[in-house]
Amino acid sequence: MKEAKKGNIVKYNKWGYIFLIPFVVVYLVFQVYPLVSTIFFSFFEYYEENLAVVGPTWNNFEHYIQIFSDGSIVKYAENTIIMWLMGFIPQILVSLLLGAWFSDTRLHLKAAGFFKAVIYLPNLIMASAFAMLFFTLFASSGPINSILVDLKILDQPFRFLENILATRTLVAFMNFIMWFGNTTILLMAGMMGIDPSLFEAAEVDGATSTQVFFRITLPLLRPILVYVAITSLVGGLQMFDVPEILTESTGDPNECAKTLIMYLNSQISVSKNYGLAGAISVVLFVLTGALSMLVFWVTNKKE
Amino acid sequence: MANSNSQVQIQTEKEKNTGGIKVRRAIAYVVLSFVTVLCLFWFFILFINATRGDAELAKGFTVIPGGYLIKNMLGLMGRPEIPIWYGLLNSFIIAGSSAVLATYFSTMTAYAIHTYEFKAKKFMFTFILMIMMIPTQVTALGFIRMVYAMGLENNFIPLIVPAIAAPVTFFYMKQYMDSALPLSIIEAARIDGSGEFRTFNTIALPMMKPAIAVQAIFTFVSSWNNYFTPALILKTARNKTLPLLIRQLQKSDYLTQDMGQVYFMIAFSILPVIIVYVFLSKFIVQGIALGSVKG
Repeated sequence: MKEAKKGNIVKYNKWGYIFLIPFVVVYLVFQVYPLVSTIFFSFFEYYEENLAVVGPTWNNFEHYIQIFSDGSIVKYAENTIIMWLMGFIPQILVSLLLGAWFSDTRLHLKAAGFFKAVIYLPNLIMASAFAMLFFTLFASSGPINSILVDLKILDQPFRFLENILATRTLVAFMNFIMWFGNTTILLMAGMMGIDPSLFEAAEVDGATSTQVFFRITLPLLRPILVYVAITSLVGGLQMFDVPEILTESTGDPNECAKTLIMYLNSQISVSKNYGLAGAISVVLFVLTGALSMLVFWVTNKKE
Repeated sequence: MANSNSQVQIQTEKEKNTGGIKVRRAIAYVVLSFVTVLCLFWFFILFINATRGDAELAKGFTVIPGGYLIKNMLGLMGRPEIPIWYGLLNSFIIAGSSAVLATYFSTMTAYAIHTYEFKAKKFMFTFILMIMMIPTQVTALGFIRMVYAMGLENNFIPLIVPAIAAPVTFFYMKQYMDSALPLSIIEAARIDGSGEFRTFNTIALPMMKPAIAVQAIFTFVSSWNNYFTPALILKTARNKTLPLLIRQLQKSDYLTQDMGQVYFMIAFSILPVIIVYVFLSKFIVQGIALGSVKG
């Protein structure tokens, strides 16, 4: 009897493997194999010139030496991180404030659902369309300049996209608009998860809202803040659509808005230097891999 | 006596707080209204300008819509290098198929981990969690070389089939199953003589409907908005999706550009998502917090 039951379990449990087949096969073909061949290509001289393919021939760590010694990868990493920070710092501050308001039962905001829906909307908008919109709105003959001149704020149109700070600020601002709603909702969910008796006790003790926020909410929110910061950084390293469209693939002025993925993309589809693109990919893989491990470690620490 | 004293103190404290709360509430409404304007202002200009003609737009901005909406559309339809209706159709086919495959197979993968006991179970679960955040861009080079070698350049297949292995969707489904799919129901189906595959399709899948709906929307939207991978694969105008056509339009000579058409194109590309969002925003906003934060 007992053996029969055990036999049954084994009979059923082979279905665990069967149901995993689609995921595993597709993952191996479309993720693992491409990753392995990307790493492989990074050690080879392999490019296309005038429709002729050169290589692949082994050339050691040449590509890695090249991207680090000519400073390109450091420069584009710097651009990426600067624009990410310019967007992320206001994003986390605004999200903390809005999250605290939405989750504060004493404040009892009306139409909170409407506000949440509005701030989340930009996250679902096609980033390339949003960037094209800003490209058009902030053109020197575009409506933003026309409004600013009409309001006598500017004497003459300002060329936003020919100015380093303005271009970076526009990219960061778009990232901010697209992501602060998402962050607000995550932080709010974290704040609602805090034991309400802590807030009640603080209220009885006569703590002000500011004290409650800094002494109770913020310390208890730390794991989620770390999670939000690292996932946002991983997302930031993938920044592409917005600067690509806003600067018409150039990253100009002075390549100030050229990100790591724009660099990778130009090596794959414009220069067709696959070996070099492989090396850039591997650097990105190591970076995001390390950050993912950090997230994994932070979120699983409790158990 | 001491007791009533402290009660009085709490009372006054509370009154002070309610006065403070009114001020804070007012500040919150002002800030939230400002943020609302900051989010919607751009789209307001967009939809106004999509209804205006090139000559009107050159004169400067007004808040009054014009009568050029249809003319802008017809103008774009007359440009064979920007086939907007093909773009719409291609985007729908790719995003729709991705959403169906991602939700069905992620539910299946989560079901395997949720329902059965087998040796590799813990390893698989940990493995999928670890690869969850690896960006697709880092494997793009190998992916593109492979796709070209397979002769699938300019084909939709490499944009649809990889959706079967979607770690984020899997994770959401697994979380949802833990709370909504008791093993006793599967056990009961077995006793009634239902096969494992049939149990999954007719019992587990319908119970997962709310989670499937949320993930179908998210997968659809992210595929709809995707620019990086389609740009490397789709080459001919008639096979391009809407984000690629936007870039195509940007590349055509900017000085002779009909700006009414540009605004129309942008509005046309984002309108389907906005329409869905207007009806389902509450449902979508609730769905975000569920999957992303553990526990």
